[in-house]
Amino acid sequence: MAKDNGIGASVKRREDARFLKGRGRYTDDMNRPGQTYAYILRSWSAHATLNSVDTSAASAADGVVRVFTGKDIEEAGLGGVPCGWEITDKHGNPMKEPAHPILAIGKVRHVGDPIAVVVAESYQQARDAAELIEVDMTDLPAVVDMRTAETIGSAVHDEATDNLCYDWELGDGEATDKAFAEAAHVTTLEFINNRLVANPMEPRCALGDYDEDADHYTLYTTSQNPHVIRLLMGAFVLSIPEHKLRVYAPDVGGGFGTKIFHYAEEAFVTWASAQLKRPVKWTSDRSEAFISDAHGRDHVTKAELAMDAEGKFLALRADTRANMGAYLSTFAPCVPTWLHGTLLAGQYLTPAVHCRVRAMFTNTVPVDAYRGAGRPEATYLLERIINKAAQELGMDQAELRRKNFIRSFPYDTPVALQYDTGDYDATLDAVLEMADYKGFEARKAESAARGKLRGIGLSCYIEACGIAPSSLVGALGARAGLYEAATIRVNPTGSVTVMTGSHSHGQGHETSFAQVVSDALGIPEDQIEIVHGDTDKIPFGMGTYGSRSLAVGGSAIVKAVDKVVAKGKKIAAHLLEAAESDIIFEDGQYKVAGTDKAKAFAEVSLAAYVPHNYPIEEIEPGLEETAFYDPKNFTYPAGSYLCEVEVDPETGKVEIVALSASDDFGNVVNPMIVEGQVHGGLAQGIGQAMLENAAYDEHGQLVSGSYMDYAMPLASDLPSFNVETAEGTPCTHNPLGVKGCGEAGAIGSPPAVVNAVVDALRDYGIDHIDMPVTPLRVWTAIQEASVKQAAE
Amino acid sequence: MYNFDYTKPTDLSAAVEALGTEGAVAMGGGQTLIPVLKQRLSAPSTLVDLSAIDSMKGIRRMGDMLVIGGGTTHGAVASSADVAAAIPGLTELAAKIGDPQVRNRGTIGGSLANNDPAACYPSAALALGATIETNQREIAADDFFQGLYTTALNEGEVITAVKFPIPTASTYQKFEQPASRFSLTSVFLAKMGDGSVRVGVTGAGADGVFRHAGLEQALSSDFSASAVDGVEVSADGMSNDLHATPAFRANLVKVMTKRAIAALS
Repeated sequence: MAKDNGIGASVKRREDARFLKGRGRYTDDMNRPGQTYAYILRSWSAHATLNSVDTSAASAADGVVRVFTGKDIEEAGLGGVPCGWEITDKHGNPMKEPAHPILAIGKVRHVGDPIAVVVAESYQQARDAAELIEVDMTDLPAVVDMRTAETIGSAVHDEATDNLCYDWELGDGEATDKAFAEAAHVTTLEFINNRLVANPMEPRCALGDYDEDADHYTLYTTSQNPHVIRLLMGAFVLSIPEHKLRVYAPDVGGGFGTKIFHYAEEAFVTWASAQLKRPVKWTSDRSEAFISDAHGRDHVTKAELAMDAEGKFLALRADTRANMGAYLSTFAPCVPTWLHGTLLAGQYLTPAVHCRVRAMFTNTVPVDAYRGAGRPEATYLLERIINKAAQELGMDQAELRRKNFIRSFPYDTPVALQYDTGDYDATLDAVLEMADYKGFEARKAESAARGKLRGIGLSCYIEACGIAPSSLVGALGARAGLYEAATIRVNPTGSVTVMTGSHSHGQGHETSFAQVVSDALGIPEDQIEIVHGDTDKIPFGMGTYGSRSLAVGGSAIVKAVDKVVAKGKKIAAHLLEAAESDIIFEDGQYKVAGTDKAKAFAEVSLAAYVPHNYPIEEIEPGLEETAFYDPKNFTYPAGSYLCEVEVDPETGKVEIVALSASDDFGNVVNPMIVEGQVHGGLAQGIGQAMLENAAYDEHGQLVSGSYMDYAMPLASDLPSFNVETAEGTPCTHNPLGVKGCGEAGAIGSPPAVVNAVVDALRDYGIDHIDMPVTPLRVWTAIQEASVKQAAE
Repeated sequence: MYNFDYTKPTDLSAAVEALGTEGAVAMGGGQTLIPVLKQRLSAPSTLVDLSAIDSMKGIRRMGDMLVIGGGTTHGAVASSADVAAAIPGLTELAAKIGDPQVRNRGTIGGSLANNDPAACYPSAALALGATIETNQREIAADDFFQGLYTTALNEGEVITAVKFPIPTASTYQKFEQPASRFSLTSVFLAKMGDGSVRVGVTGAGADGVFRHAGLEQALSSDFSASAVDGVEVSADGMSNDLHATPAFRANLVKVMTKRAIAALS
């Protein structure tokens, strides 16, 4: 019977009541007395020398409090926006790390680069005044295409005249070359992993509020990780000591990675509020978000897969150019390297893997982590080239994968990871069954009778989540630790307040974390409050990204609960006049083993705060414990996705008729939330595969800079998903046995969709179409293939 | 948006008078104009909201004509039994514009007056040989559309109604642009009482909506998919953007026309 509470129950999300009623409290809902409004004048040129910025007319305009330019930032001696990860290149040299000023100084480097900020009594007045700013710029040749960035002769930054941030490699190049030399068959695939705009429903917002009397700063911001912002902004940009800076990220309407990063606007409003002695609020509009939120993906890759005559993988080689955009965003350098190259073993026993990544500066919006961050790019590379190999070898796509699966764990990959556990046959078997793989040919014939081309595409992904041991990521270049923290505050009457360093912005932590604590303490979920997002309330936490919240943040909660129970046992032993070693805790009761003597959790809690009869010589009063959990390894969720499409050959339109997903997330706390996370991930993955494309023209203008041209997936574009969470192989090294589920859908689905489309078009001899597989691209591919076939 | 004066007259003469103000702009449902104002791409002195003028709303059958008030919303057209009985193609067209919010605000008069090259209604007006009735005169659809966002309307001229001759059969075949869901290339096909066939194409032309003479000629003598195959639809004059090349649009004109024939067979 399905459980109705605790771990494993599909408890309805407690946060949904306020969200569905429009009562969420977002950053833009925060207003402070005397508040001013900032409007940012952004560059309309992709690359130009900034000759002069004349703000005199704007400064004199109605309602204007002050106008700031890069000169003010320079004179104040503020630091630039820091990068949180340093990559060492293949020669052992550090990456090029040019300064990223809060407001442009000397040059603008992408459309959207902030030139000046008008702070006024109202948003309208600020925006009106910004039109009076006179900017004199001299355009420079824009660097847009990564493939020509090294040779174009125009440098985004003086520090990197060839626009190369780093040239990095991973894996054994020699062993890989040797395997290729001996291979019976080599499959080659060149492709683009399309640039995406994250598009969370809530645009970014930041409100800085300086309290002159206390000399204390508060930043309200749309962040996935308020402590990371406090650390980066306080220590590196504004030199504000941490005890004088509070960062509060209240309800956040979606992040998808783009709200991890520390942005210039946050530093600006915080600093300006002290300059003006008034709160300063900036709220992005949607158009501004397109040119100022960090984008995702954007790789150009050549991949090669070497096989023996039976289709056994011998080696994989990948050569990628990754777009960094104009500046290094917080985690940008690690995305195409340690979050991409390390995943190229996938679910397969490929003995040799070599990955080279050249990160390029261009005159485009910075690119950083977006749902999956590097792992979707790796999965796409691997799962597309495997399907191309199957097509070339005339092998079944499932059988070729099965032939190469890893089946013995733990498994050390040739690209630096150790998979702790997994069962790839189980998820593959499940998805083939769920999707009636065997019945495909009959369905294809039925489609053909209606003039449609049916295709089926498989993708078997693995990801590394729960990022990760601090010592490991430190060795790889991270400038922060990646543990998580939790405080369990047991209140005198036995209710519990949980302060977590994880941040919920759609993940449902307030519900699922309460389920974890409820199970562990044997108290009802409504006795448990989850507090997050406010650095004044929570212990120092690293926030939410990389599907880490339950695996790392949840584990910290479990560790803190363990400490509470350990102390509770001491108190109970005293109350029950028993030896501490005889006390067991179960179902919310401290019991003396082998007797019917027991004290309820609430009774022990009360005793801790009313310590009249208490072992005061031995332990302190009170019941509140904090734990920091630093994982031993990544977690490795994995699964198999099968997509079925119908292509209309006359229009090139692709319809997804079925998408089945079998995921191994280890243990599952709330199956309903997990299914919802997979659905959302699938929608975003399908968005990347079929619709979304941040397209720049040769001048560095974002052509798809609004929803008129940037296609977002609608419900009507999606099938009813067939999602099952496999029994699973619990993670071996965290106390909950969980792996993380937030990104799987976005990682596994793009190659499944494209594989299905290519499968539908195989009779034309088509073996690849780049994402997004729009009607134009599919139709054009058919026309070109038809011309080629006619000529043969 | 910039500041402007706002007026919402309840009768046409007051609206026309308000439109006489320097810099005044008329608004039907505002589904194009409001986003344009928010982007600060337009700065009217006065916004004259036409949505409270009851005499410009409604759908009525007048002999062999269907008359739709200029202020009638897409939602009203899509759900009208009179429209469905007389010109089912118009029902299909209105039902596919935007989403329910757009359909409940946007108006036929606003759509025609704006003449967005990817809007749906202009193709129906052309294919059905509609007459655009304004506060000043009547204008034949063939004379009304004059290129991208350009019409025969004078300053201060308001579309009060659109008169559609009732065809013997009609259909609208829409192929959506993937992002905006406007028309990428769509065809309104009408068979008229005299046996002639008219084909209005929207979304495709670099100069906006057009009738395709070759297709009309071929289909007037042979109403079949094979007749379409025999017509050359040139890519010349088709627009080119992120979502479609001229060649793709030319292909879609033929495909959508054939689907229109199939829908009516």
